[in-house]
Amino acid sequence: MSILDSKIPEGSIAEKWTNHKNHLKLVAPNNRPKIDVIVVGTGLAGASAAASLGEMGYNVKAFCFQDSPRRAHSIAAQGGINAAKNYQNDGDSIFRLFYDTIKGGDYRAREANVHRLAEVSGNIIDQCVAQGVPFAREYGGLLDNRSFGGTQVQRTFYAAGQTGQQLLLGAYSALSRQIGLGRVKMYNRHEMLDLVKVDGKARGIIARNLVTGEIERHSAHAVIIASGGYGNVYFLSTNAMGSNVTAAWKAHKRGAYFANPCYVQIHPTCIPVHGTNQSKLTLMSESLRNSGRIWVPKKKEDAEAIRAGQLKPTQIAEEDRDYYLERRYPAFGNLVPRDVASRAAKERCDAGFGIEANDTNEGVYLDFSSEIIAKGKQAAYASGDHNPSDLKIMELGKKWVEEKYGNLFQMYEKITDENPYETPMKIYPAVHYTMGGVWVDYNLQSTIPGCFVAGEANFSDHGANRLGASALMQGLADGYFVLPYTVSNYLADEIRTGKISTDSPEFVEAENNVKESINKFLSNNGSKTVDHFHKRLGLIMWNKVGMGRNAQGLTEAISEIAALREEFYKDVFVPGDANEMNPELEKALRVGDFMELGQLMAIDALQRKESCGGHFREEYQDAEGETLRDDENFKFVGAWEYKGMDINQSVLHKEPLNYEFIKIAARNYK
Amino acid sequence: MASKTININLKIWRQKNANAKGSMETYKLDNVSTDSSFLEMLDQLNEQLVNERKEPIAFDHDCREGICGMCSLYINGEAHGPDRAVTTCQLHMRKFKDGETIYVEPWRAKAFPVIKDLVVDRSSFDRIQQAGGFVSVNTSGNTIDANAIPIGKADADKAFEAATCIGCGACVASCKNASAMLFVSAKVSQMALLPQGKVEAKQRVLNMVKQMDEEGFGNCTNTGACAVECPKEISLENIARMNREYLKAMVTAE
Repeated sequence: MSILDSKIPEGSIAEKWTNHKNHLKLVAPNNRPKIDVIVVGTGLAGASAAASLGEMGYNVKAFCFQDSPRRAHSIAAQGGINAAKNYQNDGDSIFRLFYDTIKGGDYRAREANVHRLAEVSGNIIDQCVAQGVPFAREYGGLLDNRSFGGTQVQRTFYAAGQTGQQLLLGAYSALSRQIGLGRVKMYNRHEMLDLVKVDGKARGIIARNLVTGEIERHSAHAVIIASGGYGNVYFLSTNAMGSNVTAAWKAHKRGAYFANPCYVQIHPTCIPVHGTNQSKLTLMSESLRNSGRIWVPKKKEDAEAIRAGQLKPTQIAEEDRDYYLERRYPAFGNLVPRDVASRAAKERCDAGFGIEANDTNEGVYLDFSSEIIAKGKQAAYASGDHNPSDLKIMELGKKWVEEKYGNLFQMYEKITDENPYETPMKIYPAVHYTMGGVWVDYNLQSTIPGCFVAGEANFSDHGANRLGASALMQGLADGYFVLPYTVSNYLADEIRTGKISTDSPEFVEAENNVKESINKFLSNNGSKTVDHFHKRLGLIMWNKVGMGRNAQGLTEAISEIAALREEFYKDVFVPGDANEMNPELEKALRVGDFMELGQLMAIDALQRKESCGGHFREEYQDAEGETLRDDENFKFVGAWEYKGMDINQSVLHKEPLNYEFIKIAARNYK
Repeated sequence: MASKTININLKIWRQKNANAKGSMETYKLDNVSTDSSFLEMLDQLNEQLVNERKEPIAFDHDCREGICGMCSLYINGEAHGPDRAVTTCQLHMRKFKDGETIYVEPWRAKAFPVIKDLVVDRSSFDRIQQAGGFVSVNTSGNTIDANAIPIGKADADKAFEAATCIGCGACVASCKNASAMLFVSAKVSQMALLPQGKVEAKQRVLNMVKQMDEEGFGNCTNTGACAVECPKEISLENIARMNREYLKAMVTAE
């Protein structure tokens, strides 16, 4: 086992980043235009990195598979972005944000990275406001904040329920400016299908033009992968349909270690599954837990009557409702972290109290009636009406809710055909975010020199569970404020390299591999569609590598996925040609990688004989069903090395986690 | 959610590639759940086509929750179909009747050429943004504190409403002149309403309008179809604001 050098700088936690930055090597402005950098993915991390490096003067090529960089799935983030500004004067600080994030991640994240994230969080808000991002404001003209799970302060900045959209459009505007100035060349509708290594260094990529089908070689002095997470391995998730692991996985197959693949975030508040033709699940922002109360009926017969359509939730009396999060976690109530809230919902539904009449009876209520009344009264008082009628209270309360969450309520109504102002939302946990990803050191460099990985695609900042409103923070921190320094440090040794040829044997070999795998799919002539296999993979993953995992299920999953993968390559049918737009082919190439990743996730989950954050091993829980960590044996990052087609041969490398500045403790939200 | 299924007939535009001649093809699809979204219905049709060894229908889509702006489709003569304030991915089959015939076409505009079937090229929108849809501030992090300039809530809210445009192109597809005024004015308005955007306001509006014209979008004749079909309900006020900004820039430009 090699030693994973995380390159964490010396010194006290508050000085590490500053000292490190001061000693990183620089590239002089006149040398930057001679250096090429590739950025794969144009979400918050990719767009911000490409824009920043373009501004610095590097020659940047950016790639996205969508028809425009503005479509990347960061756009769908709803609730907000954290920053330790302490504008609300409720005791927030960089240390608090650092501490909350480490604790929220169940003590499985790297201290130095997380502190840096908290340090730059304030800059992100300043930067975005300067770009014209229209955050929500109070009447005095200053920025508004709200709370998110796992914290006791209000540090979340937001733009209604569209914060991700506004931040991404901010990054997209910075990127567009650089494209217009000719410093970034944008490749829309292009998908990276391999990483090219020359003399051990990342030197380029093979990409497919999704319009013409042409296979292209692109060289660079460094490659940044910011291609997002791998939640779509479950088929059903809150990810966009095109979200995939391929870029990150190809880097893994070329030698980048893949860390903590088993850490998956199942988000507690999503719209429940409705049927077999469903293609994706829709998130209802965590911010709703600021105002909504989660409950199921106290009596099993009430739950049964609701499922049978004989009772409505509004008919259940207050004393017959079980607000189970408030009951179990009085200190944090409805704002416990996501993993805790999800497991609590599963526990109630497994016990027979679920309210949704689908195959699995899985669903709980998210109820806004208390908040509508409270805010309605407040609004009436504020307008001088100290004796408002119930009707007036409801009217004003609904108006308040609409202003805060209007687009989410509309989205819910369109999907379910139910009005959440009148009846509680039905929600259930769904796959949302992946904390695991490509292993990177403090500089966000993978185990392949010159291959950097940012945003959700890396593993570094969220440990075993990500707190709400921290993904946007990480994506922009990586792209705006970390990579420009650390990538320059790497490129300082490349100023004499000169243009990298795409005619080398390495490029030829990589291109041939890609063409071969495409031809294999197109000539396979099997009998089943790509989706058929993807759905079966998703079912194995959800049932056995999902919210609750155990040794038996994981062992079964490992062999079932290996067998499914074999069947997939034998029996999949992919219509169409290679040299045209071919969405079925795109899916087939992605699902092939998901099969390998899924197996590794099960292997990683089996190896981790403890429960932590989103990784819940049923064998390791306390009497109250809370996670039981094993710090003695598992306080490490598990980074896997690819060892060929048989995923079972992958080798585990460990990066020990040291907590020097935070006292490690049992995570408690009671 | 009460599950119900319907059987439908579809007339869908098929076109092999940008240079090929396209035509409307007829399909029959049974057992469509009324809880399915319109795109899930197309998934179901594609699954059926692939199983029949036929080429599936290409269409753009990604987030499937109404925010990425990638899905399009002109359904029964309306951009994003018969429902209001939704994208096609948020349109549900409960809006259609059993036995109904549904017509599905791509966006039709000179500036949005068809790539394949229902997929069009909207990169002209990107080029308009590149011409001026930004504030020229580098990402150094060395800007002023975010609360240094208070912004009145009314302006902040209006800027936000304009900024919610998802760039799907429904406004262009709905307009008899294939005008992009609603799209361009949304970005111009967002920036013009904020102090950070005011510095470059004149140059921005001139550059963006120039690029819009060069891309081949038509002019605005105040029909208002764009705002009716806009999935994000971007208001016509923005077009008025852009016209004012443009006029101001024209007469005061240096």
